Amino acid sequence: MTTFDRRHFISGAGLSLLAGPALGAAKSVTLRFGNGTRPLVKMPQKRPMILLTSRPPQLETPFEVFNEGLITPNDAFFVRYHLSGLPTVIDPARFRLSIGGHVEKPLELSLANLKRDFPVTEIVAVNQCSGNSRGFVNPRVGGGQLGNGAMGNARWRGVSLRALLDKAGVREGARQVTFNGLDNPPLDTIPDFVKALDLDHARDGEVLVAFAMNGADLPFLNGYPLRLIVPGHFGTYWVKHLNEINVVDAQFDGYWMKTAYRIPDNDCNCLVPGQKLEKTKPIGRFNVRSFITSHTDGAKVAAERLTELRGIAFSGGSNIARLAVSIDGGQNWLDAKLGEDAGRYSFREWRLGVTLPAGVHAIKVRAYTTDGEAQPLEARWQPAGYMHNAVETMHLEAA
Amino acid sequence: MRKASIALIASAALLSTALAAKPVTFALPEESVPVELADAEGEPVVNACSTCHSLEYITTQPRGKGAQFWKDSVAKMVNVYKAPLEPADADAVASALARKFG
Repeated sequence: MTTFDRRHFISGAGLSLLAGPALGAAKSVTLRFGNGTRPLVKMPQKRPMILLTSRPPQLETPFEVFNEGLITPNDAFFVRYHLSGLPTVIDPARFRLSIGGHVEKPLELSLANLKRDFPVTEIVAVNQCSGNSRGFVNPRVGGGQLGNGAMGNARWRGVSLRALLDKAGVREGARQVTFNGLDNPPLDTIPDFVKALDLDHARDGEVLVAFAMNGADLPFLNGYPLRLIVPGHFGTYWVKHLNEINVVDAQFDGYWMKTAYRIPDNDCNCLVPGQKLEKTKPIGRFNVRSFITSHTDGAKVAAERLTELRGIAFSGGSNIARLAVSIDGGQNWLDAKLGEDAGRYSFREWRLGVTLPAGVHAIKVRAYTTDGEAQPLEARWQPAGYMHNAVETMHLEAA
Repeated sequence: MRKASIALIASAALLSTALAAKPVTFALPEESVPVELADAEGEPVVNACSTCHSLEYITTQPRGKGAQFWKDSVAKMVNVYKAPLEPADADAVASALARKFG
């Protein structure tokens, strides 16, 4: 970091750029791709997290957290914003959620109304950034250069969106529902972050307006006081600081649906690197993924002794049917034991004991869903670096 | 396929905590200029880009993507997000980024 003051470069907006290390960063981590060194920083309500950007805040979960349990603690849950106009103060007593547009009876709900007047439900569900693992995409693409830590699994508590829409009375001809939060663009010319779901999806009973996460209020940086929970779907839909729900009678054409977060509309949702993106659709459900969490790449284990491998798997809403492990670089595969089933949107634990002879071993893990989806052995490529889910390979040295 | 586990919870128990809540405030963290941009050549970059976002957005990008990568990045900021940059300034920013990180 520089030692001289650049504050004079900046005017307006109350912004100051200070000399010296920001955020008290003392430690760093190096993600396993080029230019992958990141400071570990502490932000409010968070433990030290991997800093991607500070304005707006983008924080990645240190990967070892995923070996501590299937639920990702609130203070370690990843943070992703698009626009740097974050709210600076939110008063829960004055906060209102509006539900309007193409409805019979628009609603303005306080947090107390929301919690008192509607049935409260819970779901355990993974949230994952569309660009999780973008740093591993080859060839590299621009965008947030994340390792594998832009994901997390939490128990969300809230009110089903269906109950809110039913109360407001969706009118004939409604097609989509849009979601806006308190965060704003830094310039008026930048499109506000508004997302949309088709009406049937919005009314499926699983989409939640959550006010709590793992038994506590949402951390500010995870969307306090309300966040949309869209189980099985990429985090771009999980609008934070949610305060405006709008029913529309046309296909919503806002920038963050029509132009951004588009994926190739073909069987593999992939392109040959460099190929031009032509037919596209909005990003949707997660593809299946799995990870080893018990060891890190390059770790040393005892030769000819039992080593327990452990990890997690998840998908976009199908149960994990099988978790296969290879200890010989993919030639032979063994079935791991699957752990407790906390629902089809949750992380699922897997474990397998293996005995490795002396030497370096390439360990691979591959998850399969009950719908027949398998993780690809070779990475699929998208120009925006979304949906990376190739089989992970880790090297263990037995000695 | 198994139905997702959604459980109904008694809502009355949640009221007491909700009513006691106080305003929550948040302030963006202080920022510093990354060493890679802390010279005269970096000055137009710092001036232009930090209007809307912190500078790690730049320094964490993959290296060696070539001048076109940076030209396209700046063009997106100007054309899509309407970053208030004159064409000559946009060119200067893109050139500086390409020289530093290309």
